[in-house]
Amino acid sequence: MSQKHTISILCNDTPGVLTRISGLFSRRGFNIESLSVGNTETKGKSRFTIVVHGDDRVLEQVRKQLQKLIHVIKVWDITPEQAIEREHALIKVDVERGTKGELLQIITAVEGRIISSSGTLWTLEVTGDPGQVDNALNLFKGYNIVETIRTGRIALER
Amino acid sequence: MKSKKVTGARAVVKALEGHGVELIFGYPGGANLPLYDELARSPIRHILARHEQGAAHMADAYARATGKVGVCTATSGPGATNLVTGIATAYMDSSALVAITGQVSRHLIGNDAFQEVDTTGITIPITKHNYLIQDGDELFRSIAEAFYLAGSGRPGPVLIDIPKDILLGQCTPGDAEPPQLEGYRPTLKGHPGQIKRAAAAIKAAERPVIIVGGGIRTPASYQALVALAEGQEIPVVSTLMGKGSFPNSHCLYLGLYGYHGRIAANTAITEADVIIGVATRFGDRSTGSALHFAPQAKIVHIDIDPAEVGKNIPALIPIVGDADHILGELVAQLKGASHPDWLARLQRKAEKHPLADLSGEVTIPKVLRALKALCPDPLLVTDVGRHQIFAAHYFPVDSCRSFLTSGGLGTMGFGLPAAIGAKLGCPDRPVVAVCGDGGFLMTCQELVTAAVEKVPVVALVMHDNCLGMIRQLQHAFYGKRFTSCDLGDAVDFARLAESMGAVGITVAREADIAPALARALDAGRPCVLDCRIDAPANVYPMVTGATLMDYIE
Repeated sequence: MSQKHTISILCNDTPGVLTRISGLFSRRGFNIESLSVGNTETKGKSRFTIVVHGDDRVLEQVRKQLQKLIHVIKVWDITPEQAIEREHALIKVDVERGTKGELLQIITAVEGRIISSSGTLWTLEVTGDPGQVDNALNLFKGYNIVETIRTGRIALER
Repeated sequence: MKSKKVTGARAVVKALEGHGVELIFGYPGGANLPLYDELARSPIRHILARHEQGAAHMADAYARATGKVGVCTATSGPGATNLVTGIATAYMDSSALVAITGQVSRHLIGNDAFQEVDTTGITIPITKHNYLIQDGDELFRSIAEAFYLAGSGRPGPVLIDIPKDILLGQCTPGDAEPPQLEGYRPTLKGHPGQIKRAAAAIKAAERPVIIVGGGIRTPASYQALVALAEGQEIPVVSTLMGKGSFPNSHCLYLGLYGYHGRIAANTAITEADVIIGVATRFGDRSTGSALHFAPQAKIVHIDIDPAEVGKNIPALIPIVGDADHILGELVAQLKGASHPDWLARLQRKAEKHPLADLSGEVTIPKVLRALKALCPDPLLVTDVGRHQIFAAHYFPVDSCRSFLTSGGLGTMGFGLPAAIGAKLGCPDRPVVAVCGDGGFLMTCQELVTAAVEKVPVVALVMHDNCLGMIRQLQHAFYGKRFTSCDLGDAVDFARLAESMGAVGITVAREADIAPALARALDAGRPCVLDCRIDAPANVYPMVTGATLMDYIE
């Protein structure tokens, strides 16, 4: 059955490793839904979190093909139930007269924050698991959104 | 102890010598010239190819024929891009190749400098691993890793791209200690539990078949496979790459299976209850539609690359590891067995569907049979096309590492340079390349290399003035609308050979075949037989439908 999987990759932090990993996905026809990468507690090691769509067989191939990359040290599948998953979104809203109160209520409800405001333009941030961020973006939809941006998912087992 | 500083080029050559390299195939250019300056002072013999693609095929075939790592070099830019076809060929057939390319100096990288291309970027998908050297002190370690990676586990090409200023600059040569790679630990020993399950499945099998692929490359694994097949009386079919993995004259060998498979072999696959896939990746040319493949069979899949297991065909019993070890264990665990009814049924199939005898004065089967009679155990190399399948069917190969072909990538032009590389690796064996006129013309300039370097290979050019496999496909699938497959009759291959310093012989009559072959094998010089195929014929059987049993013959 085709579904979303979160894959964690521990690899050497070396030039070109992002190209090798993303190139492998495109070359083998695997779809990346999101990708995020950053340093880890160990110097010289990076950790990727990649969300990929596919059935079990695709996932197994993704895992095995990644494992063949010499710079990749470990690949594992993260089950959402046993993990903490986070995404982050920034939303710029042009606040119309009369909507300020509603917006403030939504921001409180989704545990968001106003990071900056200039004139009628507010920049908000929301952090949460992917469902919470989806939900927040949905709630803001009815307002004058100028632009939004959101990170890929990062995940850590509990 | 700190070693004395040397130039980068010196460090590379010292490292190559340290890894036992005796031969390097290449072509000089601006960016790898410092390396050539050092090579001239080294005992390593350099073979100057006439095109970088030729150098890559030579090094690839040298590796396939000897079991050692083959090394080739080219300059930056066009030198590197010309290697690409050869590297991809080695990648698809899992050949242990190390390619060293020159790169523009570091301060020019990224500026679109003269003869600059992103060599490592281009070759990521066709190498097992590659390196862009950023610091001279990395050279020794990277080369050690490259040799280790290329030759271990599932072999494959590794490329090292070295900027010119690093070759010219000073660096510290390191120790040649075995590399420690955290992310690379090939599994060599098969899981004992899985081997036990496989043994049980083989023991219970009534209609077992072994499929052998191209991964049987050592005498030990070759012998172990024969022992398993004989001990259990299991018929063996092979992929094109696996043709050299089992003695073809053996009574258990049913020939090639798959798209151009023999009917008995494809019947065996279709009716088998247990299939033991050994060192094969169940490629699409062999299996046909994966949905209809081996409908009754439980599949045991033995391969050293975990990613191949279950990739194309789901395996009931996967075993990851080295075939030497796993086959040896299976032989040790199994008592003798026999399958007389199954073998008799397949034998009848084989008798009912023999290879066609083609009519014509000079035909590819006639040439191949004459060669077998004169020279029973050559190192046979093929190019790619119709003659390649003819060679697979009509020339039984009976020893390990004796059949070299571009199976995965299907690279036309592979034959002649590959024969040269193989002959340099195995100078005491007769090396014969079977080529079509199309593929031969793609790399025929390497005849000059063979002549100048005194490499006595024999090239049999099956000269039928057409791109045979293309013509066959247009015949079968494009309503016999033949386009762009006619090569014309302008080329006289014997004179072409003579003009390049080789011996050229024209074979136009049946009676010429054996004497010409005898002369070529004894020539002591590179020799081309221009075999004038007077009645071009398609190669059958050929699968045309969804299952391996939908064929024309």
